[in-house]
Amino acid sequence: MCYNLSNKRGFCSGKESGETMEKRIHIIVGHYGSGKTEFAINYALKLKEKYDKVMIADLDIVNPYFRTHDVKQLLEEKGISVLASPYAGTNVDIPSLPHNISSLFDDKSSAVVLDVGGDEDGAIVLGRFSQQINAEGYEMYFVVNTFRPLTADVDSVCEMIDEIEAASRLKVTGIINNSNLQHLTETKDVAAGQAICEAAAEKKGLRVAYIAGLSAVLEELDDAEKEKAFPIERFLDLGYTF
Amino acid sequence: MAEKVLVKGNEALAEAAILSGCRHYFGYPITPQTEIAAYMAKRMPKVGGVFLQAESEVAAANMVFGAAGAGARALTSSSSPGISLKAEALSYIAGCDLPCVVVNIVRAGPGLGGIQPAQSDYFQATKGHGHGDYQMIVLAPSSVQEIIHLTADAFDLADLYRMPVMIIGDGMLGQMMEPVEFDLGERRKLPEKTWATTGTEKKRPHNVINSLIMNPDDLEACVRERYERYELIKEKEAMAEEYMMDDADFMITAYGTTARIAKNAIAELREKGIKVGLVRPITLWPFPEKVYQKYQDKVSAILSVEMSMGQMVDDVKLAVSGKVPVHFFGRTGGNVPYPAEIVEAMEKIAGGDK
Repeated sequence: MCYNLSNKRGFCSGKESGETMEKRIHIIVGHYGSGKTEFAINYALKLKEKYDKVMIADLDIVNPYFRTHDVKQLLEEKGISVLASPYAGTNVDIPSLPHNISSLFDDKSSAVVLDVGGDEDGAIVLGRFSQQINAEGYEMYFVVNTFRPLTADVDSVCEMIDEIEAASRLKVTGIINNSNLQHLTETKDVAAGQAICEAAAEKKGLRVAYIAGLSAVLEELDDAEKEKAFPIERFLDLGYTF
Repeated sequence: MAEKVLVKGNEALAEAAILSGCRHYFGYPITPQTEIAAYMAKRMPKVGGVFLQAESEVAAANMVFGAAGAGARALTSSSSPGISLKAEALSYIAGCDLPCVVVNIVRAGPGLGGIQPAQSDYFQATKGHGHGDYQMIVLAPSSVQEIIHLTADAFDLADLYRMPVMIIGDGMLGQMMEPVEFDLGERRKLPEKTWATTGTEKKRPHNVINSLIMNPDDLEACVRERYERYELIKEKEAMAEEYMMDDADFMITAYGTTARIAKNAIAELREKGIKVGLVRPITLWPFPEKVYQKYQDKVSAILSVEMSMGQMVDDVKLAVSGKVPVHFFGRTGGNVPYPAEIVEAMEKIAGGDK
């Protein structure tokens, strides 16, 4: 059982499932361009409603663009600590991790979101911490956009889950359906993605934890699907349209 | 694959190359084009193609040289510093009249520069790269969708005119994601590759691929023949988009993503009563001179907007031969111009609010 949820302190170390955000460690993985970072930012903000202390770590060693570090100031204003490599957002294009990364595991009073880089190449970062993470218990969410060509069907989703699990030495605990075509997304697109995500989840013995998307699109979902809706705001945009 | 998918510019390019029949990719990773290589690494084995990460850009470009000689549709891609390394091979490929496609997803320079987007390789792409008298066709898409059909066209143009074709995009175009359809559009009729070194089977004389020509007169004749082809290309293949030019008193000209930013500025300028249109070159070589000449007596000034210190602006000036003043506004170092900055630059030229 989990304890003391209302006092904004306790974390669950057991194996319970269900989207109650009771674990301390929340890991966001997936194919690059699946919307991991956007989800991670929104998820950290949601966690902050529940817990006093929330940290988000930018562990992207794959792509130097569109990363958590880009919205560091905004997150810090909301009281979320952002751990990022000092080189993030600069012209120094080397795979590097935050120097204070150990604080994620030392400070057990803080909920943490690990925003991991794309594919198995990004997930390799987790291998080093897999024992600590395993010992504490965790959620590892695999973010999927089925409109990305390399995760467009059940088999390719499952294949990428396998690759990420092998690289991270951790197990995915839930799938996030983040299927979208940006501004063209209709509710039917999210539903089409959901069918693929559910089939992949069944094949892997997992669950679809959340359906992420803009609230206007999610509002039209079926009631059963709506229970999983996780409305997100877009933070990583340009500030003007093309 | 006619349904909509969400892809990065780099991925769109890679998939479009595969759909165009490219089965030979040789490359070396560099930001911001690495997704081309990453995508090819995953996809090529599934379509029976070759993905090869070479030991260097020099090697990758020379592998393209070899594959192209054997008649294969071959692709290499890089970003600015990597293109400098490929330059020697590009000269040899052009000197051997071989078709291939090379991609430059441009980052800030010179030297290692930075990983943010830039358009400061315009001179290199249109007038530079390797040594010798030669040209490459240079295609400049401005959206992920346009990348797809220009990639298909790049392979066709390369085969048709037997020359290297470059696709140039700034880092932003490579990294941005947009919903697209993988529709290559209408393809060209292409001649058979009778010149390729595919083995004679003792049925034909040897095909020789070589850029060393011993006699100056022979070399001159060979280069002159090539330049006749270039004239034909200038005549037939120059492409530009004209946007809101019908009633325009002023022209903004820009290519790639800068053109899309300029459209935002044009909307704002028109609200202020300044009638501005856009000419967006789609081929940087051949430069669409005739489109500019069409407007040289109609507009009172041209503003070239670039992510550089001013490179394409020279071609604009040459196109209009001094008949209309040509101004420049640019950001560089990896900075992208904001619409408001373009509005301000245009307002100065137009003499303030009207």
